Amino acid sequence: MDRIPILKLDAFLLVTIQVDMHDRLAMQLQDDLTARIVATRARGVLIDISTLEIVDSFIGRMISNIAAMARVLDAETVVVGMQPAVAITLVELGLSLEGVRTALNVDKGMALLRERVHSESLP
Amino acid sequence: MASAQALQHVLMKYPKELLADWVQLQLSAGTARTDLMREGELREQSREFLTLVAQAAATGDTENVTGTVWAPVREFLAGISRSRALQGFTPTETATFVFSLKQPLFTRLRAEQSRDAEALAASLWEATVLLDKLGLLTAEMYQKNREEVISRQQQELLELSTPVVKLWDSILALPLIGTLDSERTQVVMESLLQKIVETGAAIAIIDITGVPTVDTLVAQHLLKTVAAARLMGADCIISGIRPQIAQTIVHLGVNLSEVTTKATLADAFLIALRRTQARLPGATAS
Repeated sequence: MDRIPILKLDAFLLVTIQVDMHDRLAMQLQDDLTARIVATRARGVLIDISTLEIVDSFIGRMISNIAAMARVLDAETVVVGMQPAVAITLVELGLSLEGVRTALNVDKGMALLRERVHSESLP
Repeated sequence: MASAQALQHVLMKYPKELLADWVQLQLSAGTARTDLMREGELREQSREFLTLVAQAAATGDTENVTGTVWAPVREFLAGISRSRALQGFTPTETATFVFSLKQPLFTRLRAEQSRDAEALAASLWEATVLLDKLGLLTAEMYQKNREEVISRQQQELLELSTPVVKLWDSILALPLIGTLDSERTQVVMESLLQKIVETGAAIAIIDITGVPTVDTLVAQHLLKTVAAARLMGADCIISGIRPQIAQTIVHLGVNLSEVTTKATLADAFLIALRRTQARLPGATAS
Protein backbone atom coordinates (compact mmCIF):
# COMPACT_ATOMS: atom_id res chain seq x y z
CA MET A 1 0.00 0.00 0.00
CA ASP A 2 1.35 3.42 -0.92
CA ARG A 3 1.99 6.00 1.69
CA ILE A 4 2.62 9.68 1.63
CA PRO A 5 6.18 10.29 2.77
CA ILE A 6 6.80 12.61 5.69
CA LEU A 7 10.14 14.38 5.71
CA LYS A 8 11.77 15.95 8.72
CA LEU A 9 13.62 19.24 8.37
CA ASP A 10 14.93 20.87 11.55
CA ALA A 11 11.97 21.11 13.86
CA PHE A 12 9.44 20.78 11.08
CA LEU A 13 7.75 18.03 9.16
CA LEU A 14 7.23 18.29 5.41
CA VAL A 15 4.42 16.52 3.65
CA THR A 16 4.05 16.71 -0.12
CA ILE A 17 0.82 15.39 -1.49
CA GLN A 18 1.55 14.33 -5.04
CA VAL A 19 -0.96 11.59 -5.65
CA ASP A 20 -4.72 11.75 -5.80
CA MET A 21 -5.95 11.56 -2.27
CA HIS A 22 -8.38 8.83 -1.48
CA ASP A 23 -9.98 8.17 1.84
CA ARG A 24 -7.71 5.41 3.13
CA LEU A 25 -4.59 7.31 2.13
CA ALA A 26 -5.87 10.31 4.04
CA MET A 27 -6.53 8.29 7.18
CA GLN A 28 -3.07 6.72 6.89
CA LEU A 29 -1.54 10.18 6.60
CA GLN A 30 -3.31 11.33 9.75
CA ASP A 31 -2.00 8.32 11.67
CA ASP A 32 1.55 8.69 10.38
CA LEU A 33 1.71 12.40 10.86
CA THR A 34 0.46 12.48 14.44
CA ALA A 35 2.87 9.68 15.30
CA ARG A 36 5.79 11.55 13.71
CA ILE A 37 4.92 14.80 15.45
CA VAL A 38 5.07 13.05 18.80
CA ALA A 39 8.21 11.10 17.91
CA THR A 40 10.19 14.06 16.57
CA ARG A 41 8.70 16.76 18.79
CA ALA A 42 8.07 18.75 15.66
CA ARG A 43 7.00 22.39 16.06
CA GLY A 44 5.46 22.81 12.67
CA VAL A 45 3.95 20.86 9.79
CA LEU A 46 4.17 22.07 6.21
CA ILE A 47 1.76 20.48 3.75
CA ASP A 48 2.51 21.12 0.10
CA ILE A 49 -0.53 20.60 -2.09
CA SER A 50 0.74 22.33 -5.22
CA THR A 51 0.18 19.25 -7.36
CA LEU A 52 -3.28 18.59 -6.00
CA GLU A 53 -5.77 19.49 -8.67
CA ILE A 54 -8.96 17.95 -7.37
CA VAL A 55 -10.38 18.36 -3.90
CA ASP A 56 -13.64 17.34 -2.35
CA SER A 57 -15.16 18.11 1.00
CA PHE A 58 -13.47 15.07 2.51
CA ILE A 59 -9.98 16.29 1.63
CA GLY A 60 -10.90 19.74 2.89
CA ARG A 61 -12.04 18.28 6.19
CA MET A 62 -8.95 16.11 6.37
CA ILE A 63 -6.65 19.11 6.06
CA SER A 64 -8.63 20.92 8.73
CA ASN A 65 -8.46 17.87 10.96
CA ILE A 66 -4.72 17.44 10.50
CA ALA A 67 -4.24 21.08 11.43
CA ALA A 68 -6.42 20.67 14.52
CA MET A 69 -4.59 17.48 15.59
CA ALA A 70 -1.21 19.11 15.08
CA ARG A 71 -2.31 22.08 17.12
CA VAL A 72 -3.26 19.80 20.00
CA LEU A 73 0.28 18.44 19.80
CA ASP A 74 1.62 22.02 19.77
CA ALA A 75 2.69 22.07 16.15
CA GLU A 76 1.50 24.64 13.68
CA THR A 77 0.26 23.65 10.24
CA VAL A 78 0.92 25.65 7.10
CA VAL A 79 -0.70 24.65 3.82
CA VAL A 80 1.26 25.87 0.83
CA GLY A 81 0.92 25.99 -2.93
CA MET A 82 -2.81 25.70 -3.29
CA GLN A 83 -3.98 25.96 -6.89
CA PRO A 84 -6.49 28.73 -7.71
CA ALA A 85 -9.10 26.20 -8.83
CA VAL A 86 -8.70 24.28 -5.58
CA ALA A 87 -9.06 27.45 -3.52
CA ILE A 88 -12.23 28.40 -5.37
CA THR A 89 -13.67 24.90 -4.92
CA LEU A 90 -12.97 24.91 -1.21
CA VAL A 91 -14.58 28.31 -0.78
CA GLU A 92 -17.61 27.21 -2.78
CA LEU A 93 -17.85 24.12 -0.58
CA GLY A 94 -17.89 26.44 2.42
CA LEU A 95 -14.58 25.17 3.74
CA SER A 96 -12.30 28.10 4.34
CA LEU A 97 -9.92 26.08 6.53
CA GLU A 98 -10.26 28.21 9.62
CA GLY A 99 -7.25 27.99 11.84
CA VAL A 100 -4.92 26.78 9.13
CA ARG A 101 -2.11 29.05 8.06
CA THR A 102 -1.54 29.28 4.34
CA ALA A 103 1.34 30.43 2.17
CA LEU A 104 1.94 30.72 -1.52
CA ASN A 105 4.98 28.46 -1.74
CA VAL A 106 7.30 26.36 0.38
CA ASP A 107 9.72 29.25 0.90
CA LYS A 108 7.09 31.49 2.40
CA GLY A 109 5.59 28.63 4.38
CA MET A 110 8.94 27.83 5.96
CA ALA A 111 9.45 31.52 6.70
CA LEU A 112 6.13 31.53 8.57
CA LEU A 113 7.05 28.47 10.62
CA ARG A 114 10.54 29.74 11.43
CA GLU A 115 9.10 33.07 12.48
CA ARG A 116 6.84 31.31 14.95
CA VAL A 117 9.56 29.12 16.40
CA HIS A 118 11.88 32.10 16.59
CA SER A 119 9.37 34.23 18.44
CA GLU A 120 8.67 31.44 20.91
CA SER A 121 12.31 30.73 21.59
CA LEU A 122 12.86 34.24 22.90
CA PRO A 123 13.02 34.37 26.68
CA MET B 1 -46.36 54.46 -72.07
CA ALA B 2 -44.05 51.73 -70.71
CA SER B 3 -44.25 50.99 -67.04
CA ALA B 4 -40.72 52.12 -66.14
CA GLN B 5 -41.35 55.38 -67.90
CA ALA B 6 -44.59 55.86 -66.00
CA LEU B 7 -42.76 55.50 -62.70
CA GLN B 8 -40.01 57.91 -63.76
CA HIS B 9 -42.57 60.27 -65.13
CA VAL B 10 -44.51 60.42 -61.88
CA LEU B 11 -41.36 60.81 -59.80
CA MET B 12 -40.09 63.66 -62.00
CA LYS B 13 -43.38 65.39 -62.55
CA TYR B 14 -44.89 65.47 -59.07
CA PRO B 15 -42.02 65.63 -56.57
CA LYS B 16 -43.72 68.33 -54.48
CA GLU B 17 -47.12 66.66 -54.43
CA LEU B 18 -45.63 63.26 -53.64
CA LEU B 19 -43.59 64.72 -50.83
CA ALA B 20 -46.55 66.55 -49.34
CA ASP B 21 -48.79 63.47 -49.48
CA TRP B 22 -46.10 61.21 -48.14
CA VAL B 23 -45.10 63.40 -45.19
CA GLN B 24 -48.76 63.91 -44.37
CA LEU B 25 -49.28 60.15 -44.43
CA GLN B 26 -46.27 59.41 -42.27
CA LEU B 27 -47.32 61.98 -39.69
CA SER B 28 -50.88 60.69 -39.51
CA ALA B 29 -49.90 57.00 -39.51
CA GLY B 30 -48.29 57.29 -36.10
CA THR B 31 -45.06 55.63 -37.14
CA ALA B 32 -43.28 58.95 -37.53
CA ARG B 33 -42.40 59.06 -33.82
CA THR B 34 -42.45 62.81 -33.45
CA ASP B 35 -41.20 62.22 -29.91
CA LEU B 36 -37.89 60.97 -31.33
CA MET B 37 -37.60 63.13 -34.42
CA ARG B 38 -38.82 66.58 -35.41
CA GLU B 39 -41.22 67.04 -38.28
CA GLY B 40 -38.76 69.22 -40.15
CA GLU B 41 -36.13 66.52 -40.03
CA LEU B 42 -38.59 63.94 -41.32
CA ARG B 43 -39.61 66.27 -44.15
CA GLU B 44 -35.97 66.85 -45.06
CA GLN B 45 -35.21 63.09 -45.08
CA SER B 46 -38.29 62.34 -47.15
CA ARG B 47 -37.41 65.04 -49.68
CA GLU B 48 -33.85 63.81 -50.03
CA PHE B 49 -34.98 60.19 -50.44
CA LEU B 50 -37.49 61.14 -53.13
CA THR B 51 -34.90 63.17 -55.01
CA LEU B 52 -32.35 60.34 -54.90
CA VAL B 53 -34.90 57.71 -55.98
CA ALA B 54 -36.05 59.95 -58.85
CA GLN B 55 -32.45 60.41 -60.00
CA ALA B 56 -31.73 56.69 -59.86
CA ALA B 57 -35.01 55.74 -61.53
CA ALA B 58 -34.33 58.26 -64.30
CA THR B 59 -31.59 55.97 -65.61
CA GLY B 60 -34.33 53.39 -66.31
CA ASP B 61 -32.77 50.70 -64.15
CA THR B 62 -35.30 49.91 -61.45
CA GLU B 63 -34.58 46.19 -61.24
CA ASN B 64 -31.15 46.09 -59.79
CA VAL B 65 -31.02 48.10 -56.54
CA THR B 66 -27.58 46.67 -55.72
CA GLY B 67 -26.10 48.30 -58.81
CA THR B 68 -23.96 51.41 -58.93
CA VAL B 69 -26.88 53.58 -60.05
CA TRP B 70 -28.58 53.03 -56.71
CA ALA B 71 -25.47 53.52 -54.63
CA PRO B 72 -26.47 57.05 -53.43
CA VAL B 73 -29.90 55.72 -52.38
CA ARG B 74 -28.30 52.84 -50.50
CA GLU B 75 -25.91 55.18 -48.76
CA PHE B 76 -28.73 57.46 -47.77
CA LEU B 77 -30.78 54.54 -46.41
CA ALA B 78 -27.75 53.28 -44.49
CA GLY B 79 -27.43 56.73 -42.97
CA ILE B 80 -31.04 56.98 -41.83
CA SER B 81 -31.17 53.42 -40.54
CA ARG B 82 -28.04 54.11 -38.51
CA SER B 83 -29.41 57.33 -37.08
CA ARG B 84 -32.79 55.73 -36.38
CA ALA B 85 -31.24 52.71 -34.70
CA LEU B 86 -29.43 55.12 -32.38
CA GLN B 87 -32.53 57.27 -31.86
CA GLY B 88 -34.48 54.24 -30.70
CA PHE B 89 -36.79 53.53 -33.62
CA THR B 90 -38.05 49.96 -33.95
CA PRO B 91 -37.15 47.99 -37.11
CA THR B 92 -40.81 48.22 -38.23
CA GLU B 93 -40.87 51.98 -37.86
CA THR B 94 -37.63 52.30 -39.78
CA ALA B 95 -38.75 50.07 -42.66
CA THR B 96 -42.16 51.73 -42.75
CA PHE B 97 -40.41 54.95 -43.72
CA VAL B 98 -39.78 53.38 -47.13
CA PHE B 99 -42.94 51.28 -47.40
CA SER B 100 -45.20 54.21 -46.65
CA LEU B 101 -44.16 55.81 -49.92
CA LYS B 102 -46.25 53.20 -51.71
CA GLN B 103 -49.60 54.77 -51.07
CA PRO B 104 -48.92 58.27 -52.46
CA LEU B 105 -46.92 56.83 -55.32
CA PHE B 106 -49.66 54.39 -56.29
CA THR B 107 -52.26 57.13 -56.11
CA ARG B 108 -50.24 59.20 -58.57
CA LEU B 109 -49.63 56.25 -60.88
CA ARG B 110 -53.32 55.46 -60.93
CA ALA B 111 -54.19 59.03 -61.80
CA GLU B 112 -51.64 59.00 -64.62
CA GLN B 113 -52.67 55.71 -66.16
CA SER B 114 -56.35 55.58 -65.38
CA ARG B 115 -57.20 54.53 -68.91
CA ASP B 116 -54.83 51.63 -69.37
CA ALA B 117 -55.41 48.98 -66.72
CA GLU B 118 -52.69 46.69 -67.99
CA ALA B 119 -50.00 49.35 -67.99
CA LEU B 120 -51.15 50.48 -64.56
CA ALA B 121 -50.82 46.96 -63.16
CA ALA B 122 -47.33 46.65 -64.64
CA SER B 123 -46.12 49.96 -63.26
CA LEU B 124 -47.67 49.25 -59.84
CA TRP B 125 -45.89 45.91 -59.75
CA GLU B 126 -42.64 47.56 -60.68
CA ALA B 127 -43.00 50.23 -58.03
CA THR B 128 -43.89 47.57 -55.44
CA VAL B 129 -40.84 45.47 -56.24
CA LEU B 130 -38.57 48.49 -56.10
CA LEU B 131 -39.91 49.82 -52.79
CA ASP B 132 -39.91 46.34 -51.23
CA LYS B 133 -36.29 45.90 -52.11
CA LEU B 134 -35.40 49.29 -50.70
CA GLY B 135 -37.45 48.62 -47.56
CA LEU B 136 -35.80 45.28 -46.96
CA LEU B 137 -32.44 46.86 -47.54
CA THR B 138 -33.26 49.41 -44.87
CA ALA B 139 -34.32 46.72 -42.41
CA GLU B 140 -31.16 44.79 -43.09
CA MET B 141 -29.00 47.85 -42.52
CA TYR B 142 -30.92 48.67 -39.38
CA GLN B 143 -30.18 45.18 -38.11
CA LYS B 144 -26.51 45.53 -38.95
CA ASN B 145 -26.30 48.83 -37.13
CA ARG B 146 -27.96 47.36 -34.05
CA GLU B 147 -25.50 44.51 -34.07
CA GLU B 148 -22.65 46.98 -34.28
CA VAL B 149 -24.05 48.86 -31.28
CA ILE B 150 -24.33 45.60 -29.33
CA SER B 151 -20.85 44.39 -30.15
CA ARG B 152 -19.40 47.78 -29.24
CA GLN B 153 -21.16 47.68 -25.90
CA GLN B 154 -19.89 44.17 -25.28
CA GLN B 155 -16.40 45.37 -26.00
CA GLU B 156 -16.82 48.26 -23.59
CA LEU B 157 -18.13 45.93 -20.89
CA LEU B 158 -15.18 43.65 -21.39
CA GLU B 159 -12.82 46.56 -21.00
CA LEU B 160 -14.68 47.53 -17.84
CA SER B 161 -14.02 44.11 -16.37
CA THR B 162 -11.33 43.33 -13.94
CA PRO B 163 -7.73 44.32 -14.24
CA VAL B 164 -5.40 43.10 -11.51
CA VAL B 165 -2.69 45.68 -10.98
CA LYS B 166 0.67 45.07 -9.41
CA LEU B 167 1.35 47.99 -7.10
CA TRP B 168 4.57 46.95 -5.48
CA ASP B 169 6.70 43.93 -4.86
CA SER B 170 4.17 41.33 -3.69
CA ILE B 171 1.28 43.80 -3.44
CA LEU B 172 -1.61 43.53 -5.87
CA ALA B 173 -4.57 45.85 -6.31
CA LEU B 174 -7.94 44.87 -7.71
CA PRO B 175 -10.04 47.93 -8.50
CA LEU B 176 -13.62 46.74 -8.87
CA ILE B 177 -15.97 48.82 -11.00
CA GLY B 178 -19.62 48.03 -11.46
CA THR B 179 -21.98 45.62 -9.79
CA LEU B 180 -20.65 42.31 -8.54
CA ASP B 181 -22.83 39.38 -9.51
CA SER B 182 -21.99 35.71 -9.11
CA GLU B 183 -20.67 35.35 -12.63
CA ARG B 184 -18.42 38.33 -12.36
CA THR B 185 -17.21 37.31 -8.92
CA GLN B 186 -16.06 34.05 -10.44
CA VAL B 187 -14.05 35.91 -13.08
CA VAL B 188 -12.65 38.33 -10.50
CA MET B 189 -11.68 35.49 -8.19
CA GLU B 190 -10.01 33.49 -10.93
CA SER B 191 -8.00 36.40 -12.31
CA LEU B 192 -6.95 37.50 -8.82
CA LEU B 193 -5.83 34.02 -7.77
CA GLN B 194 -4.03 33.49 -11.06
CA LYS B 195 -2.20 36.76 -10.62
CA ILE B 196 -1.28 35.83 -7.05
CA VAL B 197 0.34 32.66 -8.35
CA GLU B 198 2.15 34.54 -11.14
CA THR B 199 3.51 37.35 -9.03
CA GLY B 200 3.86 35.58 -5.72
CA ALA B 201 1.96 38.40 -4.06
CA ALA B 202 1.46 38.36 -0.30
CA ILE B 203 -1.21 41.04 -0.12
CA ALA B 204 -4.12 41.86 -2.39
CA ILE B 205 -6.03 45.11 -2.03
CA ILE B 206 -9.62 44.93 -3.24
CA ASP B 207 -10.82 48.44 -3.94
CA ILE B 208 -14.60 48.78 -4.09
CA THR B 209 -14.81 52.52 -4.75
CA GLY B 210 -16.47 51.77 -8.08
CA VAL B 211 -19.03 49.32 -6.73
CA PRO B 212 -22.30 51.28 -6.61
CA THR B 213 -24.15 49.20 -4.05
CA VAL B 214 -23.16 46.57 -1.56
CA ASP B 215 -25.90 44.20 -0.48
CA THR B 216 -25.59 40.93 1.38
CA LEU B 217 -24.96 39.03 -1.84
CA VAL B 218 -22.15 41.32 -2.95
CA ALA B 219 -20.67 41.21 0.55
CA GLN B 220 -20.79 37.43 0.44
CA HIS B 221 -19.03 37.44 -2.92
CA LEU B 222 -16.35 39.72 -1.51
CA LEU B 223 -15.85 37.48 1.51
CA LYS B 224 -15.57 34.44 -0.74
CA THR B 225 -12.86 36.14 -2.76
CA VAL B 226 -11.03 37.06 0.44
CA ALA B 227 -11.31 33.47 1.72
CA ALA B 228 -10.02 32.02 -1.54
CA ALA B 229 -7.06 34.41 -1.57
CA ARG B 230 -6.31 33.46 2.02
CA LEU B 231 -6.25 29.80 1.08
CA MET B 232 -3.60 30.65 -1.48
CA GLY B 233 -1.60 32.33 1.25
CA ALA B 234 -2.33 35.95 0.42
CA ASP B 235 -3.97 38.46 2.74
CA CYS B 236 -6.71 40.72 1.46
CA ILE B 237 -7.47 44.29 2.37
CA ILE B 238 -10.77 45.80 1.31
CA SER B 239 -10.53 49.51 0.61
CA GLY B 240 -12.63 52.27 -0.88
CA ILE B 241 -15.60 51.79 1.41
CA ARG B 242 -17.79 54.87 1.10
CA PRO B 243 -19.67 56.23 4.13
CA GLN B 244 -23.06 55.06 2.87
CA ILE B 245 -21.71 51.62 2.16
CA ALA B 246 -20.20 51.38 5.63
CA GLN B 247 -23.65 52.18 7.03
CA THR B 248 -25.35 49.66 4.74
CA ILE B 249 -22.91 46.93 5.71
CA VAL B 250 -23.60 47.45 9.40
CA HIS B 251 -27.37 47.69 8.90
CA LEU B 252 -27.36 44.46 6.91
CA GLY B 253 -25.44 42.75 9.68
CA VAL B 254 -22.60 41.70 7.38
CA ASN B 255 -19.58 40.64 9.35
CA LEU B 256 -16.42 42.08 7.85
CA SER B 257 -14.50 41.95 11.11
CA GLU B 258 -12.15 39.22 9.91
CA VAL B 259 -11.03 41.30 6.96
CA THR B 260 -8.85 44.36 7.16
CA THR B 261 -10.85 47.26 5.80
CA LYS B 262 -9.62 50.74 4.94
CA ALA B 263 -11.43 53.82 3.76
CA THR B 264 -9.07 54.64 0.92
CA LEU B 265 -6.71 52.80 -1.36
CA ALA B 266 -3.86 54.97 -0.07
CA ASP B 267 -4.37 53.77 3.51
CA ALA B 268 -4.59 50.18 2.34
CA PHE B 269 -1.40 50.55 0.34
CA LEU B 270 0.42 52.02 3.32
CA ILE B 271 -0.54 49.17 5.60
CA ALA B 272 0.32 46.65 2.88
CA LEU B 273 3.79 48.16 2.56
CA ARG B 274 4.32 47.94 6.31
CA ARG B 275 3.19 44.35 6.45
CA THR B 276 5.28 43.08 3.58
CA GLN B 277 8.31 44.82 4.99
CA ALA B 278 7.78 43.19 8.35
CA ARG B 279 7.25 39.82 6.85
CA LEU B 280 9.76 39.73 4.06
CA PRO B 281 13.20 40.81 5.20
CA GLY B 282 14.98 42.46 2.29
CA ALA B 283 11.96 44.23 0.89
CA THR B 284 12.52 47.94 1.16
CA ALA B 285 9.72 50.41 1.48
CA SER B 286 10.95 53.94 1.68
